[in-house]
Amino acid sequence: MNRIKQLFSNDSKKLIVFITAGFPEKDSTKDLVLEAIKGGADMIEIGIPFSDPQADGPVIQEANEIALKNGITLLEIFEQVKDIRRQTHVPIALMGYYNPILKMGTMDFIKKCNDAEIDGVILPDLPLDESVEFCNNLKDKNISPILLVAPNTAEKRIKKISKLAGDLIYAVSILGITGNDLSSKNNLENYLAKVKENSETPFMVGFGISSNDDVEWFNSFSNGAVVGSAVIKKVLKDRKKGVVENFVKSLKK
Amino acid sequence: MDSLVKKYNMPDKHGHFEEFGGKYVPETLIPALDELEQEYFKSKKDKNFQKEFFNLLKYYGGRPTPLYLAKNISGELGFNVWLKREDLNHTGAHKINNALGQILLARKMGKKRIIAETGAGQHGVATAAAAAKFGLECIVYMGEEDIERQKLNVFKINLMGAKVIPVTSGSKTLKDATNEAIRDWVTNVEDTFYIIGSSVGPHPYPMLVRDFQSVIGTETKKQFKDITNNELPDRLVACVGGGSNALGLFYPFIDDDVKIVGVEAAGKGIDTNQHAATLTKGEFGVLHGAASMLLQSNDGQIALPYSLSAGLDYPGIGPEHSYLQKTKRVEYSSATDNEALEAFKWLSEKEGIIPALETAHAVAYLKNKNNNIKKNEHVILNLSGRGDKDINTIAKELGIEL
Repeated sequence: MNRIKQLFSNDSKKLIVFITAGFPEKDSTKDLVLEAIKGGADMIEIGIPFSDPQADGPVIQEANEIALKNGITLLEIFEQVKDIRRQTHVPIALMGYYNPILKMGTMDFIKKCNDAEIDGVILPDLPLDESVEFCNNLKDKNISPILLVAPNTAEKRIKKISKLAGDLIYAVSILGITGNDLSSKNNLENYLAKVKENSETPFMVGFGISSNDDVEWFNSFSNGAVVGSAVIKKVLKDRKKGVVENFVKSLKK
Repeated sequence: MDSLVKKYNMPDKHGHFEEFGGKYVPETLIPALDELEQEYFKSKKDKNFQKEFFNLLKYYGGRPTPLYLAKNISGELGFNVWLKREDLNHTGAHKINNALGQILLARKMGKKRIIAETGAGQHGVATAAAAAKFGLECIVYMGEEDIERQKLNVFKINLMGAKVIPVTSGSKTLKDATNEAIRDWVTNVEDTFYIIGSSVGPHPYPMLVRDFQSVIGTETKKQFKDITNNELPDRLVACVGGGSNALGLFYPFIDDDVKIVGVEAAGKGIDTNQHAATLTKGEFGVLHGAASMLLQSNDGQIALPYSLSAGLDYPGIGPEHSYLQKTKRVEYSSATDNEALEAFKWLSEKEGIIPALETAHAVAYLKNKNNNIKKNEHVILNLSGRGDKDINTIAKELGIEL
């Protein structure tokens, strides 16, 4: 069974932490991922930096720019993940935009994911209609395509999306980009209930989640909470060792 | 417009031009694109909508624009050059055709807030004008670098009550302005209509922008037939950045026996790394919601395009152009900054028509002997915009202080 499926087969509270690869230094990826795991992350999303991250707010945009200036490449990210894999069994998903993957070749990308023991792939700019073949190819290698749903996604479409995804979907908390403010709890509750009712897989929630309270709250209405911009923000402010670990600890106490 | 197109029938119902096009956008935008598509198809069949659109083009935009035989340059070149005078449109370029079409859709859909991206500022000006006319709030995203190059247009946009938001990320030009507009749209999708300025972006935009702009080609065809007693021209030429003025001219001729040429910006030369010749030098990829040819690095990062003209320095191109290149229906050529500058001066001096710097790339094509334009050929060039906005850039290039 793949690690993501296994993780989401239990009911415990889950914290998923997002780290941009190659940030703040080119070889920081491993240290930050291991810090997050030490702090209590149940799953890691590693962001593949892209020059034009349309679904991201200013914080992750800045991390992307720094990582690209550091010269990080997709090939190097695979090497970094292999290195991380030697030290942890926590599920790891890659999150990024479609173009660098197309450029590498989708089959080549999937093979490299398989070699690096990547458990899932999240591509915000590859929605259902364009992704059927890609998702099926991932699933052939036992890698979970983690498709996204949004507050304005119709019920029938949530069903379809979760069916194609198979193991896990990612519910975007808001109409907006990463790091935006959350909307009212009442709206969120209705939305998450709709996802729960229509999704055939477990779902995690992300975008705008930044505190221990948020993580608690989202876990009571979903199967896990993703924290991204808030983690990156900490590193942008303070690159000292332990910053990520302490922050993740505070999110999961 | 449908009656003109018999064989060619693109895009397919999913918005694909074979492998090009599509909807590569965050899930949040899918319902908005679906809604837009439905509304567009309804409007296309709606006689009242079409009537309102054509009346706006006529009485507000100033259509039809003349098809003018440029005798002086024709004499010099040895073939007939016809200029489709889109520069005479209200706000100075073909952009107003599309802005008026889309704002009518926005109004029908009850959207109160308009956003747009702009490079050279022409689309920003056209959208600001349309928004002012219909009393809608308008926000224009523009790269900081372009704001500097196109101060006049920024001032015009502001005069018409729209707000210009400077974009400081990435290359600070059109591609980054487009990213920022998409981010705004994702965040405000419920009350906001995104007026995309070229035949780019996710489906249905490339299709509907082409359709709104195809008034250019439809008019041209009729004008040419009226003048020549039912003949077709031999060749069509237009500059290509995103590609809307080109498609506007080309589309109604796509099934005809007419040679069609698009001219990209070669900047400092296509063998340098400072150009915007996406079709000549690009590779398949996905940007801003569509699959198309793209200038990119070996690692799939989007490359920074370069052109002296702010309207052509875009790393992508409309998906339909990628398709038309692949099928060889349209030939794509390029012109450098220097060739465009020379053509700019030449057309100004010979015909008393100052073209936009973007348009000057198409004019340069006429002068290039390698293009084997035959004696007495009838060539129609889309004079897509006027050069007022470029005067500062040109003066600087010529070493003249204004």
